Amino acid sequence: MNIIITISITAFLVLYAGLFKANKALLPLTVVGLLTALGFTFCAWNGNAVHYGMMQTDNFALAFSAVCIVGTLLIFLLTQNYFHSKSDNIAEYYTLILFALAGMIMMVSYKNMAMLFVGLEIMSVSLYILAGIRKKDFASNEASLKYFLMGAFSTGFLLFGITLIYGATGSFDLDKIQAYLVANPQAVSPIFYPGVILMMIGLSFKIGAAPFHFWTPDVYEGSPSLITTFMSTVVKTAGFAAFLRLFAGAFAPLHDFWVVPLIVIVCLTLFIGNVTALFQKNFKRMLAYSSISHAGYLLFSLIVLSKNSENNVLVYATAYTFASIIAFAVLILVKQKTGSDSFESFNGLGKKNPLVALSLTIAMLSLAGIPLTAGFIGKYLMFLNVMGEYQTLLVAFAILNALVGFYYYFKVIVAMWFKDGGEVELSTPAQYKVVLLLSVVITIVLGIYPAIILNLI
Amino acid sequence: MEQLLLLIFLPLVGAIITAFTGKLAKIVSTVFAVASLGLTLFIACSFIPDASTQFEANLPWIADLGIRFHAGIDGISMLVVLLTNLLVPIIILSSYKHDYKNPAAFYALILFMQCGLLLVFTAMDAFLFYIGWEAALIPIYFICAIWGGKDRIRINMKFFVYTIAGSLFMLMGIIYLYLQNPAHNFDLQAFYALNLNADQQGWIFWAFFIAFAIKMPIFPFHTWQPDTYTAAPTQGTMLLSGIMLKMGIYGLIRWLLPIVPHGVQEWGNLAIILSIIGIVYASLIAFTQKDAKRLVAYSSIAHVGLISAGIFALNQQGMQGAMVQMLSHGINVVGLFFVLDIIFSRLKTNKIEELGGIAKSAPQLAIVFLIIVLGTVALPGTNGFIGEFLLLMGVYNYSIWAAAIAGLTIIFGAVYMLRMYQNIMLGKTNSLTITFTDIKGTEKLVLYIICVLIIVLGVYPKPLLHLTEASVQHLLEQVNQKLKQ
Repeated sequence: MNIIITISITAFLVLYAGLFKANKALLPLTVVGLLTALGFTFCAWNGNAVHYGMMQTDNFALAFSAVCIVGTLLIFLLTQNYFHSKSDNIAEYYTLILFALAGMIMMVSYKNMAMLFVGLEIMSVSLYILAGIRKKDFASNEASLKYFLMGAFSTGFLLFGITLIYGATGSFDLDKIQAYLVANPQAVSPIFYPGVILMMIGLSFKIGAAPFHFWTPDVYEGSPSLITTFMSTVVKTAGFAAFLRLFAGAFAPLHDFWVVPLIVIVCLTLFIGNVTALFQKNFKRMLAYSSISHAGYLLFSLIVLSKNSENNVLVYATAYTFASIIAFAVLILVKQKTGSDSFESFNGLGKKNPLVALSLTIAMLSLAGIPLTAGFIGKYLMFLNVMGEYQTLLVAFAILNALVGFYYYFKVIVAMWFKDGGEVELSTPAQYKVVLLLSVVITIVLGIYPAIILNLI
Repeated sequence: MEQLLLLIFLPLVGAIITAFTGKLAKIVSTVFAVASLGLTLFIACSFIPDASTQFEANLPWIADLGIRFHAGIDGISMLVVLLTNLLVPIIILSSYKHDYKNPAAFYALILFMQCGLLLVFTAMDAFLFYIGWEAALIPIYFICAIWGGKDRIRINMKFFVYTIAGSLFMLMGIIYLYLQNPAHNFDLQAFYALNLNADQQGWIFWAFFIAFAIKMPIFPFHTWQPDTYTAAPTQGTMLLSGIMLKMGIYGLIRWLLPIVPHGVQEWGNLAIILSIIGIVYASLIAFTQKDAKRLVAYSSIAHVGLISAGIFALNQQGMQGAMVQMLSHGINVVGLFFVLDIIFSRLKTNKIEELGGIAKSAPQLAIVFLIIVLGTVALPGTNGFIGEFLLLMGVYNYSIWAAAIAGLTIIFGAVYMLRMYQNIMLGKTNSLTITFTDIKGTEKLVLYIICVLIIVLGVYPKPLLHLTEASVQHLLEQVNQKLKQ
């Protein structure tokens, strides 16, 4: 509760600071606010408090809140000079991102499906505006409109699903829904099943899983890079947490029913995401498609529900978030210098900027899932979980997809180190250095000693 | 335990320090490589050649997943550890005449790879083994792709995807074994003790075998190898052929045979047939090669084929032969590639027909090159002989015909190697080769060390055989015992 209040108050303060043109105060204010919120998550650890029957800050919620807050914090650090060059009203950016974060905290800690809907909408509405915040940019407008239409559409599915489930069980409360399923294993109301499917579709839209992924590449490419970073890392993580809370929690007794459509979604997502990413010539678009394929790996944890499923998603999402933040940070730097985000603009980057290139290499290795990086541990846990029920074919399929992944992640490594190019020298602001260093350290430490995060939830 | 940890992590520390030394990298990396060699010799001297695992380090690592940092050295490991730490300083020394751009990264990557290799060769925990397996691959990929020759990006991508495809399926096999293990850990001994049925053993066999076969490489998984060897910088080629392919052989001995003996019994025949086909096929292609580096690459496939046939023959001679031959092949092939590198750095070509008569202008090179070639074709009195003799004996005990075919190709091997030597070193000098200057400095040092090793190990191989004997015997007993069940 404190977390949401802190974040919301920070958002309002930032808005007022913007009103009085105190642009220099925005970042410090936000950082202090987020650190306070982070502090509250640590204080609430192991508390498992239920707030008015609507939200439950169990360790699952707190761990994902912490990942979202830290991710947002890093993205805020990347704003240095970024928004200033784009717009006068930079306070709006800060406020909207903070409101979106508040929505996400609700999404990861809801106990009542109404809260899921409220949180999702707070987040989505903020994001619709953020995607289109460059008013005069055609691509940004397109992204915003597409995102809004698709988002509204998927919310429709979600709401319809919630309604059907309410009709069947008479409650929005996750525990009561689960109790209903446990109490009537043979006589679940027939309207419950379409409800589950509709909710799955609605949430799949939000996390960009195939075949509901069509909006992602255009929206990710059209939005300002920093907003894309936010959408493909923190927002995605929150979406997954919401998905998991529902399906691994309330709907778990019906696992046998919904696992079949889930497997179809997983296979499609992996295949479409990876194969399309392979043909991209633009780094940003490649990241967009790769984020689709990562959604596939994340959904993998739901195929076999075990006591580790939730923690596996946490590890994977953390690994993915930090690696992606590195990737986007370097992308922003490169784009500032070269004006392009194609693979060619990375040519020869390693010669003049070895440390930046090294960070991006580590990020790519982590996304590809090479040992000694966090990404490997994430993938390993996913495979281990599914192998636990000897779904060998599924794992083999995922492994083949991981192989495809190597090709496109290594494209940028090849460009940076092995190709001769423009010899651009990036100007890396101090805050970027901090973000890169921090993310690299987290990626490596989790890769070498993941024990620190394995038993959190 | 402390010695082993120091042995494994000294190169890693060296790599990190070397990365920040700029122009001094050559010297600093040499210091670390020689220090590792010294430590290895010290460990080898205090090693008791029985079947036990010594210097064992068993530390908790990721407890929740049943992963431990469990490493140790027995006779089999000792030999490959010796090989690794012997060859790395030689390889670094052999690069002294080169001025690679960005030397700090180059030497740091070599030392980093050494650490990965040592992990593979000492790991007694499957997860640790896998980590080392990949940790050795990443640096060599960068070495080959940054400092390599023409078309290096495409070739190395092929190499990388090939090997990592193999290793990912091995990872699947490892996870499967982990799940089968009631104690839920990755311990080697626990894996040995598993009771898998024939079906499971068959699947695990293939999951591991393909990974190892790609690394070695065994026909038909070899297609990445000639291109990669040719396009890599010489030191990369040496690392690949001298040490890295031994990862595959070591994996066969340590992980494949004892864990799935029934799988080996069922599919071993096929593996031997593939190995023999590989020997014949690679020898025939080597005959037609115009580029000396490619010729050596193909001859390497033939040699490795014989080693793997010897291992799958599942007898003491074959296995011992494989052990000795791993070391000999490593030394010889590094020597061969170094000689070709010396020729290339002076004349800018490795085309056999463009060369000739180098012996006149470089008598010292002619002598050392001859010794290395003789070692490669297994002349009695050189190190190659002991290994190939034992291997052939092992294969003979398994099947007369296989031994006959393999033996024939060894004769072929002698023909094409000697013909290569003749065409490069003897005959008339042409306008190109007349300018050739003889070896000096570090070139001399490296080649002399290699020649001394070839002759000493050829004349007096007993300590080497003694080193591995007990461990090999123990391993075979273990396998046979499981087969009887």
